[in-house]
Formats: sequence, C-alpha cells, structure tokens
Amino acid sequence: MARPHRPLPTLSRRRMLALGGVGALGASLAACGDNTGREGSAGQEDGGGSSGGRPSIAQWYHQYGEAGTQEAVERYAADYEPADVTVFWKPGDYDQTTAASLLTDSGPDVFEYGNGPTIDMIRGDQVADLTDLFGDTLDDFTPSLVERMTYDGKIWAVPQVLDMQVLVYRRSMLEEAGIDAPQQIPDLVAAARELTRGDVKGLFLGNDGGAGLLGGPMLWAAGLDYLDGEQVGFHSAGAPEALSVLRTLWTDESLLLGQAKDWFDADALISGRTAMQWTGLWTFPAISEALGDDFGAIPWPSMEGGSPSVPVGAYGSCVSTRAGDVQAAKDFVRWLWIDQTDKQLDFATSYGFHVPSRVSLVPQAEVLSSGPAADAAGYVTEFGHAQTPLLWTPQCATAWSDMMSRIVRDGADPQEELDALVPVVEAELERVTG
Amino acid sequence: MLARLRGRHDVNLWFWVFVGPFFAGLVLFIYVPIGWSVYLSFFEAYNTVTPTEFVGLANYRDMLADPAFRDSLLTFVVFAAFIVPTTFALSLLTALLVARTRVMQAFFRSVFFLPVACSYVVAALIWKMSIFSGMRSGAANALLGLAGLDPIPWLSLTNPPWYWLVIVSARLWLQVGFYMILFLAALQRVPTNLYEAAAIDGAEGWQVFRHITWPQLLPASTAVLLLLLINAFQAFDEFYNILAGFGGYPPYARPPLVYLYYTALGSGQNFGDGSAGAVILTVLIAVVALAQTRLLRLGGRD
Repeated sequence: MARPHRPLPTLSRRRMLALGGVGALGASLAACGDNTGREGSAGQEDGGGSSGGRPSIAQWYHQYGEAGTQEAVERYAADYEPADVTVFWKPGDYDQTTAASLLTDSGPDVFEYGNGPTIDMIRGDQVADLTDLFGDTLDDFTPSLVERMTYDGKIWAVPQVLDMQVLVYRRSMLEEAGIDAPQQIPDLVAAARELTRGDVKGLFLGNDGGAGLLGGPMLWAAGLDYLDGEQVGFHSAGAPEALSVLRTLWTDESLLLGQAKDWFDADALISGRTAMQWTGLWTFPAISEALGDDFGAIPWPSMEGGSPSVPVGAYGSCVSTRAGDVQAAKDFVRWLWIDQTDKQLDFATSYGFHVPSRVSLVPQAEVLSSGPAADAAGYVTEFGHAQTPLLWTPQCATAWSDMMSRIVRDGADPQEELDALVPVVEAELERVTG
Repeated sequence: MLARLRGRHDVNLWFWVFVGPFFAGLVLFIYVPIGWSVYLSFFEAYNTVTPTEFVGLANYRDMLADPAFRDSLLTFVVFAAFIVPTTFALSLLTALLVARTRVMQAFFRSVFFLPVACSYVVAALIWKMSIFSGMRSGAANALLGLAGLDPIPWLSLTNPPWYWLVIVSARLWLQVGFYMILFLAALQRVPTNLYEAAAIDGAEGWQVFRHITWPQLLPASTAVLLLLLINAFQAFDEFYNILAGFGGYPPYARPPLVYLYYTALGSGQNFGDGSAGAVILTVLIAVVALAQTRLLRLGGRD
C-alpha cells in the first residue's frame, strides 16, 4: 500500500528479516541520541498514578512502516481490562535502544524483539520465562519460530506475526525461455545463466550478490546449518561446495547488482530488469498489482542431501524481569498474542502482508488464500527456517557475513574461510553456554 | 575567611559563576566518559556499563590480535595517505586561483565554500542513490552510456574497488571548500611588500610561490594538515551511509570508528573490547598528532 512511496520507514521492519541480529543495522547515527528510553518510565509512572489500583504496563514496539499499525496496537491495548497498558512507539534504532534500556529501571515491561530476546538477555536474567503461557496452544505456533525462541527447555517470547523471504519469478520470462521453475540448485544456476539476455539479468539476490542473505539457505540446501545444537553446524565437506554456488552465480554475471531499491523491494522484478528475484512476502501486493498473474513463488532450491528452504522471522513479545509487575505483564502477553486470535489476524493482514504465527489462523487469512501468496505461506511450515539460531551471536553473524562477502565478491576460497570461522564461532559458543 | 575566598570585588565568585557550568559540563560529558571508557576497557563488559569481571589487558590483546581491527587501521592509513595530500593540494590550488581572480571573487569563494554547509549524510545519500547508483539511470552510468559503455554497479564490486572513487569524491567535494577558506585567510595575511620586493628582484610565477607564498603559508599549512589528519581519523558518516546496507557493513573499506561502532554499539554491546579499541585509537591519534606538530615546527625554524 503505502510501501512504494515510503521506503524508509519500512526498513526498520524488514531489517530484522535481513539478518536476524547482525546488530549491524543501525538506521542512523541519530540512534545514539535517541538512546534514552527515559520517557518510558515517566509515562509508566503517570499511568500508574491515574489507574486507581490497576497495574500499569509499558509496552514497546519498534516503528512499523505500515499506516494504521500504531492505532491498531493502541486499540488492542485499550481493550485490555485488567491493567492500564501504555503503548510506546519507538522510532530510531529500536534494537539498541531496547537492549540498553533493559539494563535500567526505565525500560519497558513488555517489549517486542526481533526473533525473540538475545541469548545475552536470557542469560543475563533480563527477560522472563514465558513457557507456561502457551498451554496446549504451543503446537499451533510455527515450529521453527518456537524453536528459535526456546533456550534451556524454556520459551522466552511469544511470536507475533511472521515475515518470510522467498524466490519470486516472472512466469512469462521463464516460459519464453522454455524453463521450468527451478527445483534444484543446478537448475537455478542454469536458469539464471539462460535468462540473462541483454539488459535483463537472470537473478537478483540483493546488491551484494546474495552474500548477506543466501548463506543460510545455501547451508540448508546442502543439509547443513549454522549450528548443530551447541556445535558448529557447517564443518563438513558439503559447505564449501554449497557456498561456492553463489560465487558461480557472481562470476557467471547472471546476477543483477547496483539497484536503487535493494532486494526488499520488488522494483527490479516488476520493471523487468531481472527474471527472478529473492524478496519478501510483503512485496506481493505490489507485484500482483503491477504484474497480475505473471509471477510465481518458490522456496530456495536444494542440493543433493538437503532440502528447499524459506527463512522466516517474527518479532517476539517478551517480558522484562524488571517490569513493575511481572505477572501482570505476562498475563497481558498471553491475552494479546495467544488468546486474542482475531487481533492477531487483524495485525498480520489488515495493514501489511504477513503470516499469522499461529498455523490455524493461516487459512482464515483471506489475502493468503490463493495464488503465489498461498504457495508462499504454505512453505512456512514445511520449509521454514528461523534466519539464524539463538546461539548465533552478533559476533558470529558479523564474522559470517564478512566471510560471505569475501567468498562471493572477492572469490576467496570457501574451505579456508570456513576453517578460519570455526574457532570464532566456537569461542562465542563457549562464551554464551559456558 | 569567606571574604578572602571570594577575592577582591568578588572576582573568584564571578570566575566560578561564569566558568563553573562549562567546567562541570566538560568534566561530566568529556572527562568522566573518557575515564569510564578506560575503566571499561579492563573488564569483560557485555551489555553492561557496570562490569564486575576484571580481565586486565585481555581486551587490548584481543583487539590488537583481531585481524578486522588491524584491517580497519590499514584502511585508515590508505584513506589518509590519499585524502590528506589530495585535499591539501586541491584546497591550496583553489585558494590561489580564487585569490588571483579579479572578477566575481565573492561568487567563486561562495561556490567553493557552499558544499561545506551540506551535511555528510545528505551528500553520502546523494552520491549513493543518485550520482553513483548502479542503474543505467545513475548520473555516472548515464555518462558511461553516452560513451557506449556498460553500466557499473559502483558499490557492489570489490574488484576493481570502485567504491573508493565514490567515497573519496564525496569527501573532497565536502571539505575542499573549508580548507580553501583557511588558505585564503592565510594568503591575505602575507605582507604585500614582500611581493613588491620580489617583483623588484625580478622573481616571477613559481619563484614567487616557492620563496614567498609557501613559506608564509607554513603555519596555516601545519594547521590544515593536522585538521585533515584528524578528520580522516574520524571518518564515519560517508563510509557508513554509502557502504552500509541491509547486510550490515561489508568487510572492506571499514575505518576504525565504523569498526568500533559495530563492536561496541551493535547488538553485541561489547563495551569492553569497544573501549579498549577506543583507547588504542586515542593513543594513536595523540602520538601521530604530536609527532606531526613536532616535525613541522622543526621545519618551520629552519
């Protein structure tokens, strides 16, 4: 809807999907100045003063890009009887502001965080255990997300709504070239090469050639993962081969690069500069408006021994252990993100284009009931992977994306690079689990 | 006793009334943070500014052993080695040309100085999105198109490293005007009788510059060099805004401040390592600046 005209605000929503916690993504330096979180406590106290005995809860959201979301969450909060809930809509660098404010008494009671709290927050006792909120609804939540928010057998956040990345292609361009939608990685490489003609490139994986986004999907394609429990998951012969596929696409010059609007916008696909593009489900309204039926969605293909995949992510609702009344805050989270299914459905589909995190709600979402959007939503349960595991710390993520950039853009040797990464990851695992 | 403390005409009292607030601000916002940062650098401080685990010099060892940190220092050296002499030469040249212009001098002065008023962030975004956009429609690629060349994705490629062209041209555009003004001011202070004497002796063109203008500009040149070097050390805005993208910041062209920003302020919030890096940088800047002033001052005495 408003997205093509207002690209900047949507960034903060999307960036979580981009890298799930490479904390790297400060929207601007201005974040430093914004890093107070003080008005949170002031508002909270004001609320407490006027509430006449009801507990007061400060709930923090990052600034969503879609029009109407702020009004929606304020409406939900106002509907809650047992406590006074004040919504704080935090622009700027939300992740850093929130992480810093949790160290102080002026932080939130309830807050959302990309893919649930970080391992440091959990181990630092900054967030409350929410396991007992789920009851028998647990099986209804997207399994990959619940797993992502679980540590030590306990669940630390309730997934709100889900975003996903997916491979989109122009049906007409593939038909014209006599190519089927690729099922296997070799097909994808061949198709990208074949579809590159004149000014049109075969595939757009982002301006960095997929270095930032497709490392994980390539591991999954080879049947590997970032981590295997608390061990390194990519120390195996298949990994260098899998990652070198992205280098092959780069040297083949099948990849579109240097776009004004990066992968999170479907501009390159719509304008016909690429035949296939890696993007998010949120672009589907814009694509179908421009192209009608002329597009399809497939998961990232697999290699031998692996499976297709789609990365999924969700903001998770967490409760701070410094909350004024932890039990009241937990009750509110259960009410909003577990019991109130109509509100969850409204939040997922009325303002943007997301998947409800409760599987039983997906069929009720009208916009996800047909066409490529229905295909994509169907991939979530079958092929969904949380972008990165909980124990994959920001240090790991930075080292990984640096490595990916060297492999894809500079042609560094994947085997040597992976070998060099193993000790970095092991040291971090040691730090967070030791 | 009290009267003595207040001094004659309350001079001590007024001293503190005027100086006190600034002194308190200086202590509170400059010295305390610096001290705290040094303190943090000796602790393991993830996600906290009140750490408990003392680790001695381990953070310093980590940072100095970290290839990414050493790379960032190398990036600074490469960047400074290019940008400092280039800006120096260009701003001196524009200053000399503008000073000699007889027509529309005020106009030329303003034109060269105007970019200084532009924010680094805004300029970086214009450079990234419009001038050096990788699409056919970007200004640089449109020029290449006129010459019949294929468009270049300026910021995606590392080989050849076109991104340096983008960064360096942005910084030159932004800062040459400022240093030009410094040189212009210095040029106006050169006594005209020196030039007259030189003219009588038959000196012309290059000789005048070499033996009169240049030596007279030496104090200004020292200041400009020092400012340029410190500015290069502080490189952050245009690097961050031109190169950081969705996948974070790429592993190349990462100057020290950008690197520390990600270490200490990223969601890792590793204040221990971050502070150690900051202390190392501060010491480096201080040493280089001292060495430079010492060297240039010695040169000035000859």
